[in-house]
Amino acid sequence: MNPMSDAVARSTMQRDLVSLIVNVLRGLDGRPGTTLPAELNADTPLFGRDGFLDSLGLVTLVVGVEQAIEDTFDARVGLADERAMSQTRSPYRTIGSLAEYAGRVIDEELGNG
Amino acid sequence: MASPVTLITGTRKGIGKFLAEHYVRLGHRVVGCSRGEIDWTLDGYAHYVADVADEKAVKQLFADVRRKYDRLDHLINNAGVASMNHSLLTPLSSVHHVLNTNVVGTFLFSRESAKLMQNHRYGRIVNFTTMAVPLKLEGEAMYVASKAAVLSLTHVLARELVELGITVNAVGPGPVDTDLIRGVPKDKIDHLVSRQAIRRIGTFEDIANVVDFFLRPESNFITGQCLFLGGV
Repeated sequence: MNPMSDAVARSTMQRDLVSLIVNVLRGLDGRPGTTLPAELNADTPLFGRDGFLDSLGLVTLVVGVEQAIEDTFDARVGLADERAMSQTRSPYRTIGSLAEYAGRVIDEELGNG
Repeated sequence: MASPVTLITGTRKGIGKFLAEHYVRLGHRVVGCSRGEIDWTLDGYAHYVADVADEKAVKQLFADVRRKYDRLDHLINNAGVASMNHSLLTPLSSVHHVLNTNVVGTFLFSRESAKLMQNHRYGRIVNFTTMAVPLKLEGEAMYVASKAAVLSLTHVLARELVELGITVNAVGPGPVDTDLIRGVPKDKIDHLVSRQAIRRIGTFEDIANVVDFFLRPESNFITGQCLFLGGV
């Protein structure tokens, strides 16, 4: 794959993952720890200082996203991460950062990394 | 509840095989795994070959369970290995093997099970520890240490998973007639049994009885507990 089409593929993947995460979040609305804000996009903070998820909500989201990735990409990924509680480096800061992290993990799993 | 789905690790033989047959008889859809192939089959039972500490193989097993059953009600973390040896005679390879199977395996299966169980906000996890933990039994340091870790995991997971509707408990048998104690001298087994309030070797039925109790839907107010058999 040439660098340009590689970049396009990554950007499409990122967009797809953002909507996958938004869909999972909408499915979780009302469950304990997940009261959704009106707007959900890549910049929406998930967890941490400005996030709307508590730790139970985060766990539920991460599991839901793992299962959705399994169904969509046929990739068995784990999105557990030691940096979960970090304010600056956590992949769970925003919908966009989670999508980016998930994209990297999927690439590694499918051997595209 | 529809016919429950029960996952049991270490089902090739011994207690695991007995529990697989027991829960099939009770109408559960039973899934089991072991490191090697099994030489038996049973209607209502599906087998996977997987090392419980191999994350990739474990994740594949759970992906299959989710696709086939779309739920998991019970996990019985039975798979375990022992290392009956003085600590000064225990090679590091045995240490890793015991920790991987007993601790890492129990953790991995609990983590992946809880992900499936939380979809229905219901689940029962039963871990296997041993009476050797409270007895601080000499001569099997790594086995006891690994099972103490399983006991700690049981206590902490019980608290972490409570909001997901999942209970986590443990059973702690004494000597039971399995391969695990086959190499242990008879006088040592007799000595162990003498430290129990009820002085006899445990049976598979004794263990199934405790697991049955923890799995019952009515046991929803019981979590983070360990039941030692024989009155230890």
